[in-house]
Amino acid sequence: MINYLKNNPDNVSSWFFTHLWMSVLPVVIGLIIALPIGWVASRYRWTYPPITNLAGLLYTIPSLALFILMPSILGTKILSPVNMVVALTVYSLALLVRVVADGLNSVAPDIRAAATAMGFSGIGRFLRVDLPIAVPVITAGLRVATVSNVSLVSVGALIGVPQLGSLFTEGFSRYIPGITLLGILLCLALALVLDALIVLGSRVLTPWQRAVAKR
Amino acid sequence: MIKFESVVKKYPDGTVAVNGLDLVAPSGKITVFVGPSGCGKTTSLRMINRMIEPTSGTIWLDDQDTGKVDASTLRRGIGYVIQHAGLFPHRTIVDNVATVPLLLGRDKKKARSQAIELMERVGLPASFAKRYPAQLSGGQQQRVGVARALAADPPVMLMDEPFSAVDPVVRAELQDEFLRLQSELGKTIIFVTHDIDEAVKLGDQVAVLKVGGTLAQLASPATLLTDPVDDFVAGFVGRDRGYRALGFESGQLDPDTEQTVKLGDDAAAVGRAARDGWSLAVDDARRPLGWVRAAALAEGKQVTPELLHRGGTLAPVSGSLRGALDAALSSPAGRGVLIDDNGALVGTVTASEVVQRIESQLAGRRNGSDG
Repeated sequence: MINYLKNNPDNVSSWFFTHLWMSVLPVVIGLIIALPIGWVASRYRWTYPPITNLAGLLYTIPSLALFILMPSILGTKILSPVNMVVALTVYSLALLVRVVADGLNSVAPDIRAAATAMGFSGIGRFLRVDLPIAVPVITAGLRVATVSNVSLVSVGALIGVPQLGSLFTEGFSRYIPGITLLGILLCLALALVLDALIVLGSRVLTPWQRAVAKR
Repeated sequence: MIKFESVVKKYPDGTVAVNGLDLVAPSGKITVFVGPSGCGKTTSLRMINRMIEPTSGTIWLDDQDTGKVDASTLRRGIGYVIQHAGLFPHRTIVDNVATVPLLLGRDKKKARSQAIELMERVGLPASFAKRYPAQLSGGQQQRVGVARALAADPPVMLMDEPFSAVDPVVRAELQDEFLRLQSELGKTIIFVTHDIDEAVKLGDQVAVLKVGGTLAQLASPATLLTDPVDDFVAGFVGRDRGYRALGFESGQLDPDTEQTVKLGDDAAAVGRAARDGWSLAVDDARRPLGWVRAAALAEGKQVTPELLHRGGTLAPVSGSLRGALDAALSSPAGRGVLIDDNGALVGTVTASEVVQRIESQLAGRRNGSDG
């Protein structure tokens, strides 16, 4: 394992960084798309069941199938990383739409009423009252989406997009379990670091939550 | 002035929440909307700042038709306090208070320093400024709610059961401070409550609403208690209304001089001062401390705080006859203690003296005019 790392440092580090951005970028795009959709699901209550059910349905598509189908849907090359990013964005979106809607719904009716009565306009209330209060719920969803993406990216090795998953296929084809183990450890480390970063970011954004805990 | 002109709120399912409300809430006064659940009091309140749009009719704010201005602009000019305060949990207390001035685009620093002044005005220490709402008690949160509503100095305030979620002691405290604040500020206030006692205590005028959203009676609290317009209002105003109406009856009493004792006085002094076996202990500023039973003090013993009976209430001499009567009835000596504005003893009255005063006053009114 160590030997492999010594002999192929450039490969492994470039795979690591590919794996990193392929895990993170879809979550970011997914969140940006999920915010307005989640807002609709929370603002117009009758849209909540169809929107969240549809989102849930997306998540049931097998990842390998989606990776393979992407080029024919998007017209991209089979080895293009765009396929992976789009497919993973779909999964992130599927998770985050419900999370954003639930987060916005967690704002107490009293607080909404007060915000409206103070004279917040629709978008102002969303950005300055509803969204900040929904942060703890949304970041909980971001953690799940990010960690699950780290795992899903590795599946891309099967369709030949090089990243940490390539260590699995290489270890498997060369019968060297150490290489596979290295892949697992690096994936694990990546997932833990990203998770910790989201927790940290959430803490920075929500000092009021700690104030409650301290009481 | 706020004026309701045949205001109706009908929901699509056919429920009528407010049915043709006509009413004027005069400037600088507190108008209370009171009534049972489903009488449309909160709906009526929320139609003023258009959180609910009326189905028909007009609500005027002075000479402005509220239906013809931008809703957000309208709301920024109207203070609003709700039941559970509805504070923003993610904002510090000072930023909660400064919400509307910041929305109006005022200078941040100035808005915050004004917010801290306001906090002190509603009885919150400035040290709370950097705290979050969840770190405050319910009563403190409600004070923040009031400060937030006052922050942009709106001429009109809407208050939706602001004190009903706190315990009775804190509620009475908040009510008293609210009245003190209003005497300084003179806002035009609409106050919604389901508690008739609160309505009678706070209102300059009280609007009693019936289920189905109609106005049963609009009157001063005293009139409401003495002359309810129908059985519904009489029933809603409740029992003891004759006694409670005395709360609005002031009259000149002629208190008897009371010989007093001080802590540390001996049995002989207590015996000399006592009438009917009781004497009143006061402090150096002549503020009443409690009653001493002469017989409870053995020869040579001194008056100590443990010996004092503190059951009697104190009534301000300039206050209501209800207060004076209660002081007399609750006093262990049978003599009600009257105090001046500084809390110092003026004299004492008996229950029968107060009742005599009440009777002569009421008789005078019965014979004098048709009221």
